[in-house]
Amino acid sequence: MIQRIRTTPPRYWLVLVVVLFFIGLPTVIDSFQSGEWAQALVLAIAIMGLNILVGYSGQISLGHGAFMAIGAYTSAILAHRYKMDYLATIPIAGLLTGILGFLFGVPALRLSALYLALATFALAVVTPSLIKRPAELTGGVQGIVLLPPVPPTFASDTFSALTGTALTSDQWTYYVTLAWTLVLFWLAWNLVRHRAGRAMRAIRDGEVAAAASGVNIAGYKTLAFGISALYAGIAGSLFGLAVGFVSPDTFPVALSIQLLVGAVVGGLASIPGPIIGAIFAYFLPIESNQWVPTQTWIPGSIASTIEKAGPAVTYGAVLILTMIFAPNGVVGLVLTGYSRLRGRLRGVPDRESGQMPPDPHTV
Amino acid sequence: MTKFGSRIAGITALFIALAACGGSNTPAAQTDVGVTSNSILLGNTIAQSGAAAAYGTIANGELAYFTYINNTQGGVNGRKITFKILDDAYNPAQTVPLTKQLVEQDKVFAMFSGLGTQAQTSVRDYLNAQKVPQLFVATGATTFMLDYSKYKYSIGWQPPYQGEARIYAKDILANHAGAKIGILYQNDDYGQDYLKGLTDGLGSSASMIVDKESYDVTATSTAAQLVKLKASGADTLFLFTTPGFTIPALVTVTKLGWAPAIYLNAVSNPEVYMGIAAKNGAALKNVTSVGYIKDPTDPQWASDSGMQLYKTVIANCTTCNVNDGFNIYGVAVAYTMVDVLKQAGSNMTRANVVNIATSGLNESNNPFLLPGVVVKTTSSDHFPITQEQVITWNGTGWSSQGGLVDERGTIK
Repeated sequence: MIQRIRTTPPRYWLVLVVVLFFIGLPTVIDSFQSGEWAQALVLAIAIMGLNILVGYSGQISLGHGAFMAIGAYTSAILAHRYKMDYLATIPIAGLLTGILGFLFGVPALRLSALYLALATFALAVVTPSLIKRPAELTGGVQGIVLLPPVPPTFASDTFSALTGTALTSDQWTYYVTLAWTLVLFWLAWNLVRHRAGRAMRAIRDGEVAAAASGVNIAGYKTLAFGISALYAGIAGSLFGLAVGFVSPDTFPVALSIQLLVGAVVGGLASIPGPIIGAIFAYFLPIESNQWVPTQTWIPGSIASTIEKAGPAVTYGAVLILTMIFAPNGVVGLVLTGYSRLRGRLRGVPDRESGQMPPDPHTV
Repeated sequence: MTKFGSRIAGITALFIALAACGGSNTPAAQTDVGVTSNSILLGNTIAQSGAAAAYGTIANGELAYFTYINNTQGGVNGRKITFKILDDAYNPAQTVPLTKQLVEQDKVFAMFSGLGTQAQTSVRDYLNAQKVPQLFVATGATTFMLDYSKYKYSIGWQPPYQGEARIYAKDILANHAGAKIGILYQNDDYGQDYLKGLTDGLGSSASMIVDKESYDVTATSTAAQLVKLKASGADTLFLFTTPGFTIPALVTVTKLGWAPAIYLNAVSNPEVYMGIAAKNGAALKNVTSVGYIKDPTDPQWASDSGMQLYKTVIANCTTCNVNDGFNIYGVAVAYTMVDVLKQAGSNMTRANVVNIATSGLNESNNPFLLPGVVVKTTSSDHFPITQEQVITWNGTGWSSQGGLVDERGTIK
């Protein structure tokens, strides 16, 4: 056992540090910021789902905001109208969205990359309008207001014993979201390293070759869509919990784009990528909205333009720059930097000399 | 083993350090959050971008009045008013987090004049649960006055939409009893509130409504709805629409070669917006609306002391158009807010301020409202303003028709 722990690669320790960081985070930031971080983690889950689809199986989706909407509304309707415990609705929302995603995946299979992107884009455009129609069920344009969750006694007792302060509903939401994030990331990590994940990567890298090797192309593509939608559904459901309000306008087309940008910036086909991408995608618009108006040196008229268009423009610019200079996102950049640095320090020949990539799994 | 042990120890130390930092972070419990001996912090969410961006200047007008009070009177009872405005783009999905931010991070004393029926409805439960006053919301949605018993920390200010629609119903029954009514309304609480008021007001004559068409606030055009309304044979058009939709609708009506009598809701009637519509080709014949605030472009107020004061106040806002009726709206509602804070005096608690606003207002001297309009609430009546004046468009401005109509007590 101890032998096993001693031989654990350093990145496992990094994982432990990151997990402990996220567990400890609410004790150093205030309750409101915990709520913000909960939303960032929600985005991380959705981006992880998108990453499985785009990064690992090579299909493009511009419609994951729509799957989040379905998940959020499933939970909101069950909790608000049928008085279910919100936490119990989260897996239901995930499964329902997963099934819908799977069904959507069947016809989507017939479409090649660009057309699939357009079809999913259409899904993102249509969903907010569809939600408005059965107004008795969904609350129409008014949306559904959800009450903040009450932390259970065991959680608040533990928290106050450790920190001396009471657990607020935002902090409780944060921990619920964190728990889901850990479980889903662990599942994703397992998925991509086993049979299904290998099959998906094989399809991404060469469909014909994969088919020739006996991979069920249609099956795995639809599966990827279903799993990806399941992640988005759970993320949507948690989003409802974190924001306390769902309306059709909560899930605009821009959200789907935001997710895709997050996935690309963080690093496609990597497990830590979505976390970094989510932090970027969530905090960029907030920071640019709040920071720009405080800068007195920017003329008022320009500031008001930047303030509104800032996030969109920055998203675009960052996306292009990432594509050019860091096609594997932040994670790719760090990994390359790390292996180059190690190569320098240890005097190992660099890859031009024919050395194998250090970690074949992540390719 | 030693290496592993030291790692674990290091990580544990980190975690304990994190936890320890949290321990000292106890939020101080105080009854008067947002009030110090020399300041009061008020928060606001409003549309300064998006479909209803025209309303954004209301908050600028309010800020101009608070600045005026801070500069000329040193604030209220020695406390200067700080007013934090955030743009929610008329999108409730943004109002909720922004309101949370103002309450939990900025720790405002009260929310003041938040705009948008939907937006303010979506944060009402939250604000009431937190016991944060939601004062004088910039919406005439009847529910903000009618549902006081359920939401004791919320109150509106402007006349209720249902009351305004009832005035139109009275006017149409008196002057155009044979009218065929077509309605264009925004498909949300705001539009439906007007619709209900009109239907209730018409009572047994509700069959005069031959067609009603709605649009979603995310729509880009209402031309299709207007074509349908014209085809329905309506000769009277009701526009229960926000300025961003009203202006193109007025233009489209003219372009369609249609000349109905138009009833225009007060939330879109400032002279500036009528001017933009006219400039773009709207005929603007036979347009009726209501008012309760002095119109800055109306020559009859040129030497009025209230209007003079308004012009002094609005000079504090460099980006404000002095002729925009929404600016004087902002100044007028800020006047009531300051009035409430003055009355609260040294007892500057949320509960006391809310109590004065919802049940103890009696302001007959608001210099920016039409003479005779009283801002009043009692323990049994939570409709601050109920009097309105019917006005018609004369080509360059609004002219008053008859006297003030009072709808107090008619909405239940």
